[in-house]
Amino acid sequence: MAASVAVNQSTAPGAAAKGAVSIRNVTKVYDPEGVNVMAVDDCSMEIAAGEVCMVVGPSGCGKTTLLNAIAGFHSITAGEIHLDGELLCGPDKPLAEQGADRVVVFQNGALFPWKTLRDNVAYGPLVRGQLSKRDALDKAAQMLADVGLAEFAEKYPGEVSSGMARRAEIVRALINDPKVLLLDEPYRAMDELTKSIMHEALLEMYDRTRVTMFFITHDLEEAIFLGDRVVVMTTRPCRTKKIVDVNIPRPRDYHLLSSEAFRLLVEEASEAVHEEALKAFTAGERELA
Amino acid sequence: MAVAASGTGASGGGLRRLRWSALKRNAKLWRGAAAIALTLVLWECGSRASQQLGMQLPFIGLIPPPTAVLAAWAEVIPQFGYWESWYLSFKRVLAGFLSAMVVGIPFGLLLAVSRYCREIFFPPFEVLRPIPPLAWVPASLIFWPTNELSIAFVTFLGAFFTIVINVLGGARSIDIRLLRAAQSMGATKWDMFWRIVLPASLPSIFTGAAVGMGITWEVVLAAEMISGGGTQGGGGLGFFIWNSYMGGSLEQIVVGMFSIGIAGYLSSSAIRYLGDRCMPWRRLF
Repeated sequence: MAASVAVNQSTAPGAAAKGAVSIRNVTKVYDPEGVNVMAVDDCSMEIAAGEVCMVVGPSGCGKTTLLNAIAGFHSITAGEIHLDGELLCGPDKPLAEQGADRVVVFQNGALFPWKTLRDNVAYGPLVRGQLSKRDALDKAAQMLADVGLAEFAEKYPGEVSSGMARRAEIVRALINDPKVLLLDEPYRAMDELTKSIMHEALLEMYDRTRVTMFFITHDLEEAIFLGDRVVVMTTRPCRTKKIVDVNIPRPRDYHLLSSEAFRLLVEEASEAVHEEALKAFTAGERELA
Repeated sequence: MAVAASGTGASGGGLRRLRWSALKRNAKLWRGAAAIALTLVLWECGSRASQQLGMQLPFIGLIPPPTAVLAAWAEVIPQFGYWESWYLSFKRVLAGFLSAMVVGIPFGLLLAVSRYCREIFFPPFEVLRPIPPLAWVPASLIFWPTNELSIAFVTFLGAFFTIVINVLGGARSIDIRLLRAAQSMGATKWDMFWRIVLPASLPSIFTGAAVGMGITWEVVLAAEMISGGGTQGGGGLGFFIWNSYMGGSLEQIVVGMFSIGIAGYLSSSAIRYLGDRCMPWRRLF
């Protein structure tokens, strides 16, 4: 018992208990020109500190709205979101303040094209005045080297593959030592091969940092492979439909993908997702008809 | 003329060193060189044909042949006045262009980042923008004490509107994900402006500069023709052409036209060079 705790600590040196996200009865209504569109309806979710929470659901169901609310890009209409017991946004404060404790990794990548990978990574500590320019650049170079990008540190994002760019982008988020990493389909539109390498790289980074992740995806295998829990959302308005616990020990590697336990979990999640996708699809058809 | 000659010369020199496969790849260069050479030959024959046929060919027969233009060029090159024209025109273009950049870029960025400024300044800006620079000439001749200042002002206007519109458009179309990424990493408004909005707008700033430079040349030349010679606001390549026209030297008119072509080419090359220096990340594409 004691031994296993010790092992856990040694594999996760940065495993401080931080980054617990509590989403309580959050509702978001978009109101463009008086047409109420309910994107999120009374959605609740508890994400433990250090948990990898995968959020799946049909397209346009409001997952990103939820992420934007946590990040402070969008306000919420009702409910509360807490981070480590502190109120991020609630009835009196619908829009959360943006902060480096909740860094976002975007769909399709959002590295600054005019900065080299190293300058990109150094950006956060530099603009917050946390590190001197030299220290920020040194740390950035070190962190890039840790993920195998040492020789690409002086390249511009346009000069490296999308896989490398995405890895650098996650490093750019992690250098800020965020409480929670918000990932919005970061590996969308990547080929399976690159994706599987990205997954292993992300797991490796996670094993080092144990940062809480709120990870939106469409890919169920990705969700089960990476996550501690998979939250399946309903079609719009977004509610929690089903939570699949992934009780597969870490560290994980790609052998897992061919195991029976993995297959069963994917099946379980897929049933729930399929049902919602079908609903979303027929609802879409009705709108078009 | 000189453009054509140096163009073919450069490609010829470069091509000698290339292998056949590379030659085929450089078909574009060959075609360009051949097209220019053919144009010159046709032009020469067309204008000379008048003497052989005993009658003038329509249009082309009026234009002096390239050889005559070259001869006229050789004649003016040693003359101080010719180079003074270059100097005067360049000085005016630079004055108008630089002042338009200095005022236009911050103004465009201001309109882009501040909704209030946009709501206040954009409507009058849009009313003034469609007025052609040359329509400002009479008013500015009255308004400004010297001809030189009037020319500078009109030139400034020509580039100003284009630069502002480009900067505004560029800064307004920055990918929201880049802005949010910066915000989520704790960037202040100041950082957002200097480290995100400005570099993200550079491509459109340079597009605006390139287009603005073209307009500046147009305006300067026209203004020089209107203002005529004299001690104040005179001279320049525009006046060189006008003067050649008044003196009935067709060859010199053509020399003046090609001189402007070269001057414009030099100006846009300078902007391209600066753009490459300022935006190293775009050299890859």
